[in-house]
Amino acid sequence: MRHGRLRFIGGFLILPLVLYTVFMVLPSAQSFQIAFTDWRGVSATANYVGFDNFARVLQSDEFWKAMRNHGILLLVVPPATIALAMYFAFLVRGLWGAGFYRVVFFFPQVLSVAIVGVLFQSVYRPDEAGILNGLLKPLGAGPIGFLTDPRLALWSIVAVMVWSGVGFYFVLFSAAMAGIPAEVEEAAALDGAGRVRLFFAILVPMVRDAVQVAWVFLGMAALDAFVLVKVLSVNNGGPDGATTTVPVQVYGKAFNEYQFGQASAAAVVLFFIVMTFAALTMRVTRREQLEY
Amino acid sequence: MAVSVSMPAVRTRSVRRETRGFAVLAHVSLGLWALAVIIPIVYTVLGSFKDNTELFGAPLALPGHLRWSNWAGAWEQAHIGRYMLNSLIVVTGGVAGTMLLGAMAAYVLARFPFPGNRLVYYYFVLGLSIPGVVALVPLFFVVQRLGLLDTHTGLILVYIGQSLPFTVFFLAAFFKTLPGEIAEAAAMDGASHTRTFFQIMMPMAKPALVSVTIFNILGQWNQYMFPLILIQDPDKWMLTQGIAQISTQAGYQAEWGPMFAALTISILPVLVVYAIFQRQIQTGLTAGAVK
Repeated sequence: MRHGRLRFIGGFLILPLVLYTVFMVLPSAQSFQIAFTDWRGVSATANYVGFDNFARVLQSDEFWKAMRNHGILLLVVPPATIALAMYFAFLVRGLWGAGFYRVVFFFPQVLSVAIVGVLFQSVYRPDEAGILNGLLKPLGAGPIGFLTDPRLALWSIVAVMVWSGVGFYFVLFSAAMAGIPAEVEEAAALDGAGRVRLFFAILVPMVRDAVQVAWVFLGMAALDAFVLVKVLSVNNGGPDGATTTVPVQVYGKAFNEYQFGQASAAAVVLFFIVMTFAALTMRVTRREQLEY
Repeated sequence: MAVSVSMPAVRTRSVRRETRGFAVLAHVSLGLWALAVIIPIVYTVLGSFKDNTELFGAPLALPGHLRWSNWAGAWEQAHIGRYMLNSLIVVTGGVAGTMLLGAMAAYVLARFPFPGNRLVYYYFVLGLSIPGVVALVPLFFVVQRLGLLDTHTGLILVYIGQSLPFTVFFLAAFFKTLPGEIAEAAAMDGASHTRTFFQIMMPMAKPALVSVTIFNILGQWNQYMFPLILIQDPDKWMLTQGIAQISTQAGYQAEWGPMFAALTISILPVLVVYAIFQRQIQTGLTAGAVK
């Protein structure tokens, strides 16, 4: 019996462990090793070069452009998405047609980011065949190069991220608000709290857990931005690095330039940035739980 | 006396008026966002029937007539059907494998204490915090060494490996909440552990399995980064790769109608599935965030 139990445990764990190790853990770990070599993809010719790759990455303009872009994404996308989602979740409570809004808002979440990217190419087209420029033309404005103007390009990407993310967090916050006991709101109303007061003093604090989750998810997405930039931006992160991100550079360095060492070094740097972000958010947002 | 009676009446009326005003403002805000979501999709569907002249007209004008030739072009020359089939094959294999292996590991880790149990559990959970791009470069060489580049099998295995952390994490939490008595009763009746798992625990875990399955289907169907490096043969491309390529191609050839048709064809099935299962999909995806 005991023997059978151990065999059962082993039998159930072996395949998942092997696949997870081979296709996720080992490659991730190998990145750390390749980052210290001058490997160009041909076997047996890898030399250890110390921190050369890291130095080269950290000295490149491109990398710091990516850092600036990640910084902007991190500062703008989570707050904008959360604020809009929270506002809509607040408005929709008890409203006739709430189900309709839920269905429509959430839809971008089920579209793949690649398809969203292609969809927004036609939104942003720099001639009157583009949706935005087509709508602007009768007003006598434009055409605007939403993706080709270096001052606008990143903001156009930000808008798409917010566009596709709001629905998900709207549903998340709606569910969290539905979980607030009715007595709490009634008590607030009896004390003379208006809607605005109710929103900021009661609803927002009471769904703080959901907001914290949203913050972590959106922050991770901002640091991991790859597909949207790859599909939507001009020249893979252009114009002139205006929309570039570290993942886009990892891909380019590895599979266009065959600089596997530098690509891995950039990936390792990103890994530590993500870890730092995760640790910081945990620290900052960890407070006493509200009990009700 | 008169005052105390009329006061509530006045108050109710003003509250009701205030509520109606609030509802109108709410519908305006929500309606604008709904339009922002819908317009690009409507534009794409309309565009799939337009020729280039019409595309340069008003964005939301109706096409002169339904040009199904755009759709035929997308299907025949742009091979959108083949990309869809490829995605279907890989996602079916990937999700089936992920769910089976993920449920097995989660079940053992949740309900069978053994030395090293926690260690294995945290080993799986560790994967939740690794950004996908960290594994990207070495993954190419791992798959190459296994002779699995340009194969759907290779992509399926990668998807399973990458999807296991979340699947194990989510399902283990759920298996922990299931009552133990039924499994014990089954053991008394002489059922093996394996049989108990498949015939008793799996059916009991159905709600969690549905949530994670939906989560994984969407995640794997939408994956773009891994196919981009692992599948270079255009005959084996995933739908996401195909669409990105068609869009680039359309830019060179200025053939926009077929591009919009291809985009429409790839959005439609998702839209239909979403319309039918939207409640389950929303619960499934947001449940993952709350956990």
